[in-house]
Amino acid sequence: MTDRGVLSSFDWRRGRVRGAARLAHTVLLVLLFLAGLGPVLWLAKSAITPTQDTLRDPLALWPNGFDFANLATAWTRVKIDEYFLNTVWIAAGAWLVQLLVATTAGFALSVLRPRYRKALTGVVLATLFVPAVVLLVPLYLTVVDLSMINTFWAVWLPAGANAFNILLVQRFFDNLPREVFEAARVDGAGPFRLFWSIVLPLSRPILGVVSVFAVIAAWKDFLWPMLVLPDPAVQPLSVRLPALQRFIELDVFLAALAISTVIPVALFLAFQRLFLNGGALSGAVKG
Amino acid sequence: MRGGGPATVVFLLPMLVVFGLFSWAPIVQSVVMSFQETNLVTAPTFAGLENFRTVLADPLLWTAVRNTLWFAVLALLLGYPIPLVAAVLMSEVRRFKGLYSTLAYLPVVIPPVVAVLLWKFFYDASPSGVFNTLLGAVGIGPVPWLQDASTAMVSLVIEATWAAAGGTVIIYLAALTSVPPEQYEAAEIDGASVWGKVWHVTIPRLRGVLLITFILQIVGTAQVFLEPFLFTGGGPANSTTTVLLLIYNYAFANSLGGDYGSATALSLMLAVVLGVLSAIYFRLTRSWSAS
Repeated sequence: MTDRGVLSSFDWRRGRVRGAARLAHTVLLVLLFLAGLGPVLWLAKSAITPTQDTLRDPLALWPNGFDFANLATAWTRVKIDEYFLNTVWIAAGAWLVQLLVATTAGFALSVLRPRYRKALTGVVLATLFVPAVVLLVPLYLTVVDLSMINTFWAVWLPAGANAFNILLVQRFFDNLPREVFEAARVDGAGPFRLFWSIVLPLSRPILGVVSVFAVIAAWKDFLWPMLVLPDPAVQPLSVRLPALQRFIELDVFLAALAISTVIPVALFLAFQRLFLNGGALSGAVKG
Repeated sequence: MRGGGPATVVFLLPMLVVFGLFSWAPIVQSVVMSFQETNLVTAPTFAGLENFRTVLADPLLWTAVRNTLWFAVLALLLGYPIPLVAAVLMSEVRRFKGLYSTLAYLPVVIPPVVAVLLWKFFYDASPSGVFNTLLGAVGIGPVPWLQDASTAMVSLVIEATWAAAGGTVIIYLAALTSVPPEQYEAAEIDGASVWGKVWHVTIPRLRGVLLITFILQIVGTAQVFLEPFLFTGGGPANSTTTVLLLIYNYAFANSLGGDYGSATALSLMLAVVLGVLSAIYFRLTRSWSAS
């Protein structure tokens, strides 16, 4: 048996070790349920519970009464629908820009290989060492100069300047079989055809990784959209929620929080493998 | 297909525009601005080291540095051992392994703003707050959580650890699969106990990853903004004002126009510290992925 961890099959047969391992695993599972799923379930329950119930007994497993109207109130009267739509637009645009920049740049650097390829890759990767905080003020002033304040472009375009995406895509392109490119060239395919009909279809896995992380990152972002989208009419959920807290009732507010959580959690459950296998380290780098 | 023909330039164009406008130029500009007196009304003037002097003379800076370091220390004490223990245990799980990692990762995908606003409610300082009810059941509390300067930072770190631990667990789990089984077998032949195997085989094998997560965590905590901004706004009594919050306050808190010079000067100083750490990190990941 090659697939093993610390414990050998002999250890697993020893009663004391097996008992201790079982106990540790059960305790861990209970803790993970409480810490991982607990807050999500609490939020789901409180989203449909009247304020008074939540305040009087926040830990009640079963509320006295359900109030599904919270969700409807949050969606229409508090205009969560608008902020939700803004978030979707922001995420979709940021995704498109990131994908466009990463694939074209990756293709040029990895497949077309210009002579200045090394230098250019270096200048792109160097930005990985510059923490985002350095960009904050000058980037804000740039966006002011370009009169992009209160437009989605202010979020979309800077999202494209992501060296990590380029690194990922370029590495993937580097490993594609060169013979395919040569064969396509012999058949008379130019660079645009090569890009569109051969390289992109072969790159679905990496495009999936970049896409999911782009959408999740856009959904999470707070500081930057808060700075460049001061007008509530264009703000995404993350920026609007803290402001809303001050003037809406608790149960409706919790319903709004629950609505904001649905999409990222659904994406995670649908693409679990992507998050739990390769992508973990890459996600951690951009923080 | 080698060369720098017109097609290559067309493909490079999106990257050149986006990086030029929103990455390379601002980086250069931040260096320039840190030596300038800038506001949005009059033309910027050269100020020499004045901005750096102003920032270094600001008593709040040292409070912010101390708070950020305190945050980092607390985050290491909490956020470092917990994912490691969880990952080592999880790697031994034989059934429902996927369930464990899914549960551990779930907090990572909850939008950070939602998580903070939710925890703010949990942290209610009254005896009927969620956490105080739980602690009250075992006879502790009520804890003032965010309301008191002595507990506010700890509360922030607990939430931040909860939000980030899942990602670290997944990194450790991946590293644990790279431990060759022969090493465990060799240790068993030498008569090693279960603890002996963990201590002498597993942990040394993880040394590289442990160092990487250590640096990642410091780089991450040095830039913490969301938690102090939304939980406490830096209070009570500036006990949770972090460096990034101070930068934000210099530049954006004053509605009459920001002190952009001081803000960029402080960001540059922070960046130099973080740049050194990131460079170490990059070297480590390279040697780690090569081995």
